Amino acid sequence: MPERILITGATLPSGERADLLLAEGTIAEMGSVADAAGATVVDADGLIALPGLVDLHTHLREPGYEQSETVLTGTQAAAAGGFTAVFAMANTFPVADTAGVVEQEMSLGRAAGYATVQPIGAVTVGLKGEQLAELGAMARSRANVRVFSDDGFCVSDPLLMRRALEYVKAFDGVIAQHAQEPRLTEGAQMNEGALSGELGLAGWPAVAEESIIARDVLLTEHVGSRLHVCHVSTAGSVEVIRWAKARGIDVTAEVTPHHLLLTEDLATSYDPRFKVNPPLRRAEDVEALRTALADGTIDIVATDHAPHPVEAKESEWQAAANGMVGLESALSVVHAAVVETGLMDWADVARVMSDAPARIGRLHGHGEAIAVGAAPGLTLYDPAAASEFDLRRLAGRSANSPYLGRRLPGRVVATFHGGYATFLDGAVRPHEEVARNAAAAWGVERG
Amino acid sequence: MRHLLSTRELDREAAIALLDVAEDMAAVQEREVKKLPTLRGKTVVNLFFEDSTRTRISFEAAAKRLSADVINFSAKGSSVSKGESLKDTAQTLQAMGADGVVIRHHASGAPHTLATSGWIDAGVVNAGDGTHEHPTQALLDAFTIRSRLHGAASRGRGLDGVRVLIVGDILHSRVARSNVWLLTTLGAEVELVAPPTLVPVDMTAWPARVGYDLDDALAARPDVVMMLRIQAERMHAAFFPNSREYARTWGLDDARFDRLPPTTMVMHPGPMNRGLEIAARAADSPQSTVREQVANGVSVRMAALYLLLSGERGEA
Repeated sequence: MPERILITGATLPSGERADLLLAEGTIAEMGSVADAAGATVVDADGLIALPGLVDLHTHLREPGYEQSETVLTGTQAAAAGGFTAVFAMANTFPVADTAGVVEQEMSLGRAAGYATVQPIGAVTVGLKGEQLAELGAMARSRANVRVFSDDGFCVSDPLLMRRALEYVKAFDGVIAQHAQEPRLTEGAQMNEGALSGELGLAGWPAVAEESIIARDVLLTEHVGSRLHVCHVSTAGSVEVIRWAKARGIDVTAEVTPHHLLLTEDLATSYDPRFKVNPPLRRAEDVEALRTALADGTIDIVATDHAPHPVEAKESEWQAAANGMVGLESALSVVHAAVVETGLMDWADVARVMSDAPARIGRLHGHGEAIAVGAAPGLTLYDPAAASEFDLRRLAGRSANSPYLGRRLPGRVVATFHGGYATFLDGAVRPHEEVARNAAAAWGVERG
Repeated sequence: MRHLLSTRELDREAAIALLDVAEDMAAVQEREVKKLPTLRGKTVVNLFFEDSTRTRISFEAAAKRLSADVINFSAKGSSVSKGESLKDTAQTLQAMGADGVVIRHHASGAPHTLATSGWIDAGVVNAGDGTHEHPTQALLDAFTIRSRLHGAASRGRGLDGVRVLIVGDILHSRVARSNVWLLTTLGAEVELVAPPTLVPVDMTAWPARVGYDLDDALAARPDVVMMLRIQAERMHAAFFPNSREYARTWGLDDARFDRLPPTTMVMHPGPMNRGLEIAARAADSPQSTVREQVANGVSVRMAALYLLLSGERGEA
């Protein structure tokens, strides 16, 4: 068994102070823990304890794009960001469109030991948008897939989208849509508006996202299924989702940390670190997204962690890849965007970054409130530390963070997954130790 | 001046100073020996990722008349077409000791990236980037307008009160963008006329009026009418139905040209589609500045290279 860990004096999301004893694969004791002989003590005075964070939208790149990230390095980045579970997007090579690939992905996650890796299955074969992938086989596989997404591409064919929504009803699945009308965004480089016209960059109009969301919520209502909208980025999308929820449609939505903080004017530098899809939008959109997250219209924060090697970003804007790494910075960015602004408290953060994403993804053993008997996945966060975000904060293989050089509040101090530390005192724990603890905690296979 | 990337960043004083230097350069072009020794020993690289013979030879002539050594680097048929990155190309030029790089690129912002990346120390001149800017084209247009209006008395003057109408594909035109910023900085009033599909969706921040009716705009008797080249591929992307409808609605045809006062200048950045955006009669009339624009292009580019590369290179 892994060692026993006593966390002393942590501040819970509710604001109460408590000691927490992690032992025997659970939160064994809570409150004032007197008898913890032999336990490793972690002083959490002044630190907030959150349930281990869950990311519904991570690109781990393995198999196929290991120069950008691997399951090991990506889950190390997750640990550094306070995450104990990540949903791995399907746009690997080969694409995660069969039971074999999703099972491999899950096994790699178990062997790494830093976080639960829950694979997402592709909606269509090869993400090509032509033919449904083997959704049922992936659902029944050991990977137990419930979330299906062609992320990176929109399931733009309305009939195929309808069929996918219908089909996943058989196993309580959800289609996570990358809402982007492809014809309206051919060659698109940044948000379409006054600035794109000035910079001479082809525009990505808000309506290309909003029209797909509008179509999809109506399809979802028609067939009585469940829809999740990835990376909502515009004020108009928020209005459509608000309307759909008021109508009782079973739709959930995510916003990325970067869309909560950064705006399109960063493109003025033509610095490809700020190139992402969907693109950074206007300040009005950022405001609407923050409000929507606070009022529950948007259910969760998901990182869309998208690692790229240096050469994919060291170029002219048009040639650069879309995407940003986001796991390591997510909690600080959410802190800056919605906590420091007074829109949300830490209990809300626990809801949108742990509880709700686990529920949407039907992931058990994560997202539970901190209580005796709950899973021992925890994040300790120092809200008082503020610093310039730098390379030392990045733990994955790629460094394409838009926050380098930017002052952000707070920092993750420790992450506990399955009752053992994956990240402690600002450093990722060594892999041998983590793998040994993981094997002891779950009796899993190696490699 | 450290780089010349856009006209947006030029203030009135700097713009007039550059045009005045171009007047001096133009005066040199009247001499029997057209060459100045100013940039002897300097190397200027014309780095062209897009074909543009006119702009390239204009820069080449400008650099040679300043006695610079000129290297022409065309991306076609070079390592660039085999996937070499802008960074590697830039570092190659750096290693060769380029003092100035004149870059034409299909991606908006590529000159900006080259100038700010730290890959290269050379001064960078934007010779047209994507659908963003083409600053030397706007400078030569401003120079041409100023010369026509003020002749030998041009030095030190702006374009205050001059009414300029720019017609055509504003959305994709780097010439239009650079002209809007520069001409208004110099005091001109700019009006844009285009099919609604060929203007950016939000132009509220542009210091220019936008209209869709060419006849209305011409009836206001502008001092300058600048016709932009319309590219045939635009109609395949449904920006307008076909070239006949475009010519009828937004072309400077004979009837429209005949209604203009004889003092109105007719400009075109070239190459022209005769019979499409401009009729032959307008293009070949004494009101047309097309050939002056070409000649002035060399003077303006000499001025830009001179300001960038002679003496100490400032940080501005």
